[in-house]
Amino acid sequence: MKNGQAGILRGPNGVGKTTLLRALAGLQPVEAGKIKCSLEDICYSGHADGVKPTLTVQENLEFWANIFSSPSISEVAEKFMIIDLLNSKVGNLSAGQKRRVGLARLGLTGRQVWLLDEPTVSLDETSVKIFGNIIKEHLSEDGCALIATHIDLGLENRAQIIDLLKYKAASGELSNSNEAFL
Amino acid sequence: MIALIIRDLRISVRAGGGFGLSLAFFFIIVIFFPFAIGPDLDLLSKVAPGTLWVGALLACLLSLERIFALDFEDGTLDLLATSSLPLESVVISKALVHWLTTGLPLVLLTPFFGILLGLQNSNIIFLIISLIFGTPALSIIGTFGAALTAGMKRGGLLLSILVLPLYIPTLIFGAEAARRGIQGFETQNSMLLLLGVSLLSWAILPFAAASVLRINLR
Repeated sequence: MKNGQAGILRGPNGVGKTTLLRALAGLQPVEAGKIKCSLEDICYSGHADGVKPTLTVQENLEFWANIFSSPSISEVAEKFMIIDLLNSKVGNLSAGQKRRVGLARLGLTGRQVWLLDEPTVSLDETSVKIFGNIIKEHLSEDGCALIATHIDLGLENRAQIIDLLKYKAASGELSNSNEAFL
Repeated sequence: MIALIIRDLRISVRAGGGFGLSLAFFFIIVIFFPFAIGPDLDLLSKVAPGTLWVGALLACLLSLERIFALDFEDGTLDLLATSSLPLESVVISKALVHWLTTGLPLVLLTPFFGILLGLQNSNIIFLIISLIFGTPALSIIGTFGAALTAGMKRGGLLLSILVLPLYIPTLIFGAEAARRGIQGFETQNSMLLLLGVSLLSWAILPFAAASVLRINLR
């Protein structure tokens, strides 16, 4: 995959999309193959948003901004259309709004490779479109993205569809597992 | 790391954050104990250091499960593991927040609780020092236990079983130091051993807890 390119992971449930993304993000050990990319460039976003219901949107974003030492949150908040939600508690938001807060973290990391696991769950149509545009913008800034999704994000020719069904892992015992007791 | 500490402190004082839980538990133990023992002030002041230490330990145990469980459930731990912050610092921050929200308030309230248990003013100081030295060990050992059970839903029982034996040295030296001080013996040895347990735990366990977390996140 080149910079400026996106990969869309397709495949039926349980084929290993999440596993692949988690392995690429360094959360799971890789059985075979090499990842030619520094972990410092990778930003992973999973099913869960990692936002705290008892904190406000602003506090949540500021926390992630501090972790990734990124300067300002207002620009990102504007991009993801949560600027007027900044002072409300995340616990009071709808699922789609919460998702947008979770995704806004991507903009704060400043990392090049985005690994997105079903990013559009519970987003409405307009939000999906806006999110598609954000990804396009990210791609045109020389970033790249690997997205597991079932819907069309409107990325057109930028996206390369990867059907995981062809590469489905052979089921059975893991061979050289030396950490059996763990 | 500071950002994580500030965020966790904020969460703990918001509604449902569990800040008051251990404190209330400690308070209940100290209030009920004199009722159960009876009005014998002499006996009460004899068992006071042990009671306060066991109370502190149980109060600590009560809040351990929350350390990683919430962050594990909502995916924050995955995201922290993939951020540039090393997991070791995450563990240290978590343990520090746990101490700031349980250990430190217990230490600060000990003068009042000591009076409730009939301790002399001059003796309470030994109890306070032993708690200051000992409670950090309780927090970091507990954080290690929480890391071991992070992937489990309702892992509280297993967590207590795992952590209790590890708490025993802290309890023995802590209660011993306080008791010796109150009875007028020299306390240096027990205090130093207690401090040693704390420092050793803080030096080793963050690394152990971080590697355990990495395995649990798979």
